Amino acid sequence: MIENHLSLLLVVLPLLAAPIVAVLPNGRLPWAVSTLVSWSVFYLAAWQLMNVNTGNVISYELGGWAPPWGIEYRIDAANALVALIVSGIAALTLPYALKSVIKEIPQQQHALFYAAFMLCLTGLLGIAQTGDIFNLFVFLEISSLSSYALISLGKKRQALTAAYQYLIMGTIGATFFIIGVGLLYAMTGTLNMADLAQRLPELYEHRTIHTAFAFIMVGFALKLALFPLHVWLPNAYTYAPTVVTIFLAATATKVAVYVMLRMVFTVFSFTFIESTPADELFLLLCVMGILGMSFYAIYQKDSKRLLAYSSVAQIGYMMLGIGLGSVLGATATLVHLFNHALMKGALFMAIGALVYRVGSSRLEHFSGLGKQMPWTFAAIVIGGLSLIGVPGTAGFISKWYLVLAAIEQQNWLIVGVILIGSLLAVIYVWKIVEVLYFKATGEMEQHNTAVKEAPLMMLIPMWVLVLANVYFGFNTELTVGTAQQAVQLLIPGVNK
Amino acid sequence: MDMILGHYNYWMVIIIMMAGFYTVISRGNLVKKIVGLNIFQVSVFLLYISIGNVKDGATPIIEKGVDLYSNPLPHVLILTAIVVGVATTALGLALVVRIKEAYGTIEEDDIHNQDQSL
Repeated sequence: MIENHLSLLLVVLPLLAAPIVAVLPNGRLPWAVSTLVSWSVFYLAAWQLMNVNTGNVISYELGGWAPPWGIEYRIDAANALVALIVSGIAALTLPYALKSVIKEIPQQQHALFYAAFMLCLTGLLGIAQTGDIFNLFVFLEISSLSSYALISLGKKRQALTAAYQYLIMGTIGATFFIIGVGLLYAMTGTLNMADLAQRLPELYEHRTIHTAFAFIMVGFALKLALFPLHVWLPNAYTYAPTVVTIFLAATATKVAVYVMLRMVFTVFSFTFIESTPADELFLLLCVMGILGMSFYAIYQKDSKRLLAYSSVAQIGYMMLGIGLGSVLGATATLVHLFNHALMKGALFMAIGALVYRVGSSRLEHFSGLGKQMPWTFAAIVIGGLSLIGVPGTAGFISKWYLVLAAIEQQNWLIVGVILIGSLLAVIYVWKIVEVLYFKATGEMEQHNTAVKEAPLMMLIPMWVLVLANVYFGFNTELTVGTAQQAVQLLIPGVNK
Repeated sequence: MDMILGHYNYWMVIIIMMAGFYTVISRGNLVKKIVGLNIFQVSVFLLYISIGNVKDGATPIIEKGVDLYSNPLPHVLILTAIVVGVATTALGLALVVRIKEAYGTIEEDDIHNQDQSL
């Protein structure tokens, strides 16, 4: 019974939980319910991945209406992997949230905070699950609207302007996307992705299709913060409450990258992309993004903003895989999508623990904390190594596949950029480590000597992610195995 | 001539779209930006509704003697998009109210200056 409706339950469960959580009395209850829901969703997502990992495709018809008329949830390995990342990060962020939220958000807003969090989870999971392009838009807006609200809850007033800026840019992006969807519908008469993929090839020459493609790509480039459309991201990540930053940094942009993969490889095909300037443009923007944003990250004085710029650079790596347009490239994108969620999740959690103890995310306030908070410090070091791509960490695996994909096409420029990008990552990770460990506590931070290690409730989720970074650096069966499986279904007509 | 008159509503869509988009980008007043965003979204509603029209098609309500109907699906889709648009506007305006409380102004330049001087 449950197994038949697995794919739908994954989305409906948090959706139903949201209004329930909203009316619960403020206190620990809303947190407990959301945590329970996120764990059940994680369980369902793992179950779903096991079902499709063998190469199966689950097709779920909503309300019993057959596709292409009804909405179809079409789950293959790619969807299932993304759903697993989203629900997994949620299941780890929520236990972490308890203490952090009590400190950062006024008591009377707790129930509403968790309700918005549940809605955001619903939206992101919905995007991952659905096989209907308009349904995707609806879920996109559910996740976006709730994340605007979540970001605006930050303590500083800049959180409000950051949320506003994100709202304007996010809405423009989403509207661009529906313009594209409308044009596709006008040409093909279908909204089902699989159906679109079948009907589009004969229309590839048509100018409307090219216009639709451009609108969809620009719309989602805004959503995933592809350089130079990333301006909303650093502010949003810096001023949002810590928990929101962790969750959004590890999931929201990843889901948008997945949609990009789905659009580029399944709905349109790569042969189509090659007939447009899009693939070269992607590569160019990624190269500029990786180098430019990594430089920017080096000069940041705020730890959250530093990691935010690094996120924009990392999104460049993910899009590189799409721009290369090969099986290896798409595999690298999916693997990096998974691994980056792990490393950024771990790093933002560690920064969050420092913020929890010090009350500021500025680097200068962290000096000497490495000795007082050894576990948090170690988490930053390992997470940072993974971000750089040192062998033995998850980050190495994804960079390895990216470099392989670039070498396969003899694209030495890209190989160089990936390596330089990693070197720049060494510098900005070192900046955090240096402040934490090698700087003596200055006069201003005398009180830092009294700072204790972060509470256990924060350390455990953090270390789960840190250990996952190490584990997936050695065992790549889940990441690379699933990604390879996914790419075969993602790119029709590809066989080993 | 047919290019202009035959596609009359599409031309309007483009004009409204650009007017709205330009307002969002060029205005410094946060409320005016939201208004621009709204106009921008409305153009998309018009686009969808125009797509749904079938030449000589009747209103999509089943009736005897009529066998050509307009396509109702885009209309239904756009109902959803309208709801999303309303929610976005409401949230946007709520944020503007909070910004006004926190900064005492809703002009982008003033807000920027206040943040810089900190």
